[in-house]
This record gives sequence, structure tokens and C-alpha cells, in this order.
Amino acid sequence: MNRRTALAMAVGAALLIPGCTGTGGSSKGADAKAPDDPSKVTGTIKVLTVRTDLVQDGTLKKYAAEFSKTYPKVKVEFEGITDYEAEVKIRMNTENYGDVLLIPAVIKKSDYPRFFASLGTQEERAKKYRFTDFTAVDGKVYGQSPVAVSPGFVYNKRIWKEAGVTEWPTTPAEFLADLKAIKAKTDAIPYYTNFSAGWTLSQWTQVDGAVTCDPKATDKLAQGDPWAKGADLRVGDQLLYDIVHEGLIEKDPTTSNWEESKPRTAKGEIATQWLGTWAIVQFQDAAKKAGVNPDDIGFMPFPAQTGGKFCATIAPDYNQAVNVHSPHKEAARAWIDWFTDKSGYVEDNLALSPLKDAPLPSVLKPYEDQGVKFIELDDAQGAKVKQIDNESEVGLYAPEYRQKLVDLARGARKGSLDDFLADLSKRWTDARKNLGS
Amino acid sequence: MTDTTQKAAVEVIPAAPVPAPPTRRTRVRRGLTPWLFLIVPLALLITFTYAPIANMIAYSFTDWDGVSPELHSTGVENYREVFTRPDLFEVFWVSGYYLAASVVQIVLALYFATILSFNVRFRNFFKGVLFFPYLINGVAIGFVFLYFFQDGGTLDSVLSLFGVKTDHAWLGTPVSANTSLAGVSVWRYLGLNFVLFLGAIQSIPGELYEAAELDGANRWHQFRHIIAPGIKPVLTLTVILSISGSLSVFEIPYIMTGGATGTETFVIQTVNLAFRFNKTGLASAAAIVLLLIILLVTWVQRRLVPDDKVDLV
Repeated sequence: MNRRTALAMAVGAALLIPGCTGTGGSSKGADAKAPDDPSKVTGTIKVLTVRTDLVQDGTLKKYAAEFSKTYPKVKVEFEGITDYEAEVKIRMNTENYGDVLLIPAVIKKSDYPRFFASLGTQEERAKKYRFTDFTAVDGKVYGQSPVAVSPGFVYNKRIWKEAGVTEWPTTPAEFLADLKAIKAKTDAIPYYTNFSAGWTLSQWTQVDGAVTCDPKATDKLAQGDPWAKGADLRVGDQLLYDIVHEGLIEKDPTTSNWEESKPRTAKGEIATQWLGTWAIVQFQDAAKKAGVNPDDIGFMPFPAQTGGKFCATIAPDYNQAVNVHSPHKEAARAWIDWFTDKSGYVEDNLALSPLKDAPLPSVLKPYEDQGVKFIELDDAQGAKVKQIDNESEVGLYAPEYRQKLVDLARGARKGSLDDFLADLSKRWTDARKNLGS
Repeated sequence: MTDTTQKAAVEVIPAAPVPAPPTRRTRVRRGLTPWLFLIVPLALLITFTYAPIANMIAYSFTDWDGVSPELHSTGVENYREVFTRPDLFEVFWVSGYYLAASVVQIVLALYFATILSFNVRFRNFFKGVLFFPYLINGVAIGFVFLYFFQDGGTLDSVLSLFGVKTDHAWLGTPVSANTSLAGVSVWRYLGLNFVLFLGAIQSIPGELYEAAELDGANRWHQFRHIIAPGIKPVLTLTVILSISGSLSVFEIPYIMTGGATGTETFVIQTVNLAFRFNKTGLASAAAIVLLLIILLVTWVQRRLVPDDKVDLV
């Protein structure tokens, strides 16, 4: 064996020793207790957020300034992350992932105690807050969302009126007919898919629960076939398919532009988009910037009624949590409590509050008038659904499958909708069986 | 080397009364010197190339989801899955578009390199123009070309200047989208190939052309008998790079279409497996398989076109 071979083998052997995975999550369980005396809490905390826009325009700094009036010795810093899920996932292999962060979707629920400090028992927190089961493990709650959202159609009221539609459609067929009227009578694009942004299409999964008005809709995903006849997702996907198939969308979806779609909707070039309550404030801002009436932005529920009433699901947005490795857990906890209860973030975003006794935002006045029934989805099987979703590679919360659906509907992909959905069903149910449920 | 030092030392002792030099130490020092120079590059190479690969190989035998502290060894299960799922390999058809595009790219680069290696007016300006796209960041290129292909975007307006009214969604169908994306890739990498060829061509001694001209050879003859054989090693290298590049296309389609409308490549699929579906173990196995495929293709190519020495003079 000459020297070169020896060296190569030594290096090779050294490399083959499996490298460390760098997962330092050996610590288990810690509590982030609410501080008793605000003036005694100290420390500098870093808050990770997806709202890069609010970091840039200084809005979050204003909240922090307000916060420090109550907690004078706590300094809050923000870090806006654009590709939040992917980036934070990698950072969570270390101990350094901020003091307060939003719980990424990838983290398994059973792993919450390894990564986050508990905010208290579910029993105690459920008295004040909704959605405590979304982050509860063994009776302890690990996250708190500052806002709740409800999915629905953002639409331009003026355009819909011009097309002669004054009542919300109550069935998918009616909705389709209304979009056709918009195409015939106005210059607006009836429905904008925002195909290339991708995430906008994955919003269609939020249809789940709204069609059949079932708070247990998530359980059904975990136990049944989401694309069975009459199932929520099937109804939603069928409607999306029909909209695209009838040519009621933008001319070239592959080069659609999300930022541009906001002012265009405000101005009435686009009539409708399926998004959520969180979008209203952004579209109104776009209207103000474009110099048109922000009151033209309307919001309507999915066109389906149960017992003569519309149903709208409400669910928490990203949950804020305290890093279990944070040296300033009290300060971090103080921020989460203050931001949820007192910051005014909910009102600023015209959002639904996670506080049980909070009133509905004014934009949802039409919802009250129409008697829309709000349902809170039960998340007992949420973790299971995610597991099946990953195993089957269907991607309920990823854009790919609906991008394929849109391609199918506009003829850029061969096949029929029934076959396409049957394939999804098969992959879903197979994965479910593999996981033993 | 060792023998000579020893011999020298032995001969020196009887002649000089001074104590023998510490032969062992010198030997060690001499042996170490080259390694001292190599420490930094080797450390970088191992830290940023080989260690991650070793780590990835280790992950490919587990069911790791990318974040959970728990991971279990699954043996060769991931590899079995990669090879028994035809849908994972279907995406390689997309590489065909990029392969075809690299043929166009090499021919164009060769053409321009040949022309610009002779005396042409504004020669340096054209060299700059051709190389410039390669200097732009790939992400920026993705975004620029999104506007370029947009409905009523740059391409459509340029075409309408020539009276061609297209009503074509450039990224709308799989064929058109892949062709457009491959076109962007040609635009981007043409410069690199061009510079490689130009460098090789300019290393051919000038007297050869003169001699050839005296013998009555025209430009085509010169290319055929002097330039082409003269740059053969660079040409083979370019072909190898193009093929492995076509198999591992990533950034242009990822940024421009995200893999929608049938533009998904093997690497995009791997990234999705790892980051969308949290199957880091399976994705690592897929990445290793891609690495092996590329190594295999390169090896086959080297066997077909052996690396022979060029000897023009």
C-alpha cells in the first residue's frame, strides 16, 4: 500500500464515521412562567417573525416601545424571515433560534416539549383563550397565536355589483354563474389564481370544514378519504377546477404576480381571490395606495350552506412560543402575553381575536348580518393529518397538487379530474394504512 | 528521497568532527512542509465538501425528518424506495430539454469563440457582451426572465416590434415552459463555455494559421484541422459539464416556476422531499443516487473519449 492510498483510506474512514446530527434536544420540559412583577423582568429577547413587512416599516418597533412602558427592563429585537419554514427548521438543530418564535409546521407535536417552554396548563388557559388544543401536549400548552383567521373570498364589491350580483352565492354552481356574469358584464378577471406564488393555491385546503359545517373536519381527514364524493376538499377542488376549466381566470397563470394582484383587485381589474381574513387589511392598504376606495374590498364565505346558513371556520394563525433554551423565559413569556392581550395587533389587522370574549372585527359586520356561523375546528387529529400528508407526499399545505389541478383544468396536463383526485385518495388512504390508523 | 539523505549523512560523519545533523527531525520537517501549505485548503475542502457528504450518506440510512432529535436507522430502505418508485425517475425526461439546449449552447459558444479569436472589429466589446450574463446572480436571472416571459412582457413586446403578434403563454404548457427555461439556461451559461473555448483557442500558436493560409486553407479548414483538434480536451470537459449540469438543473426552474407545469427536475423533487414532506432521509438517498449517476455518466464518457494529449506542432 503506498502512501497515497493509505492517506485516502484514512480520510475516507474518518469521513464514514457518521457525523453528528447536531440535534441538541436532550433537555425536556421547562416552563415559561408569567412574571409577577413587570418591573423586575430583565433581558434582551429576540423575536422571530414572518412579518418582514412590519419589521421593515417599523411597526413592530412601535409595539416594542409600547411594551417597554410596562416592562422597562426588557429589550425586544425582531428578526424577519422570508422563507420562514425552511430556515427556522434548520436553525432548530441548534439551541439558537430566538427567544420567541412561531412554531414551524414541521415540528411534530410530540416534540414540542423538547423545543418550547410550556405556557401553562390547557385547563387554565382555555378559560381565557380559544384554540388551546392546537399546541397542547399532555395537558400543557406550548404556543399562543396572536390572531385567528377565517378563510374566505376577498372580492371587489363594486365589480360584483356591476355584474348584477348582490347576494352572496350559496352553492358552488351559483358562484360559478356569478363569475360568468362578471366575465360577461365587466372587464375584470373574475377569479385570480395567483398560480405562481403557489401558497395562494394551498389556501384552498382551508375550505375544509366550511362546506359541511363540521368542527370535526380535521378528524375526518385523518380517518376518511378527503376526496370522497361530497367531502369538503372534493367540493373545494371541484370548484377550483371548474373556475379554471371555464376560463374564468387570468390569461397566463404561470406568470401571475401576488404583490401586483393586491392593487389590481382594489382597482377592480380582478374581482375575486380565495384567501383569508388576514388579507383584508393588505388589500385595503393597496387600495389606499392606489387611490381607490378601500371600502370596495369585501369578504365572503365559501358558497355552501348547512341548514340555510353559511359556515366559516376559524383557526389560529402561527403560534408564538418560547424557546426552551432561552435564558430569558420570563421576558419572552411576558412578550407573548402582552402581544396577544394588549398590543392591539388584532385590531390593527382587522383580525379575529384568540381571546374568548373579544368582539368580531368591523369588516365582518356582513357576516353578522347574514348570520354566518363560526366554527372552531377541533385539532385533536391535527398531528396525524400532517403525518399522513408527509407520508403520502400529497402536500395539503403545499402548492404542487393544486398547481397540477389548475394545469389539468386548463389543459396543460393530460388526464381527468376524477382520475387525478382518485390518485390522491389512493395515496392518502395507503399512507394512512401504513401509519396504522 | 529518504535514501539520499541518509547516504549523505553517513558520508558526512567521518569528514567533519561536528555532530551528525538530526536526520530524523529534518526528515519529518521536510515531509511536513507540503502539508503545512495544504492545511488551509484541505480543512476547507473537508469541512465544506466531504464532511457534509459523509453526513448526508449517514442520513440516507435513516428516517430523519430534518429537525426531530429522534432518528432511526432504516438500513437500505430509502435506497429501495428510490429505486422502486418510477415516479421519482420520470422527472429525468425534463433533463432532455436542457441536454438539447446544451448542444445548441456548445455549438454557439464554439462559433463565437472561433470568430472572436480572429481579428474582428469591436472584438473585446463582443467578448464582454457574451460573457456578461454568466456574471449575474442566478436568482436575479430567474426574476428578470419572469418579467421577460410574462403575458405582454419583454419578449411579447419585442416580437410585436417585428410585427409578430403572439398570444402565447410562454410558461403555459410543459413543452413551451421547459423550452423557455432551457433557453434561459443557454443565455446564462453560453458565456462560460465561450470563455473556456476562447482560452483554449488562443493557446494555439499563431504560426499554424499563417502556415495553413499559405497552404491555401480557408477558415473552415482551419477550424476543422487546427482549432477543433487543438481544443479537444476543453471540448470534452465542456460536454461532461453540460451533461452533469443537465441532470442537476435547479435554480432557474425553481425560481421561475417552482417546478409547476411539468418543469420539475430531479433536484427540485429532492428539495421538495426534504423540505416539504420532511423526508430528509429519503431525500439524502435520492441525492446520493444522483451523485452516483453523474459519476457513472462521467466515467462512461471518459471511457468513450479517452483523454489523449494534444500535439499540434
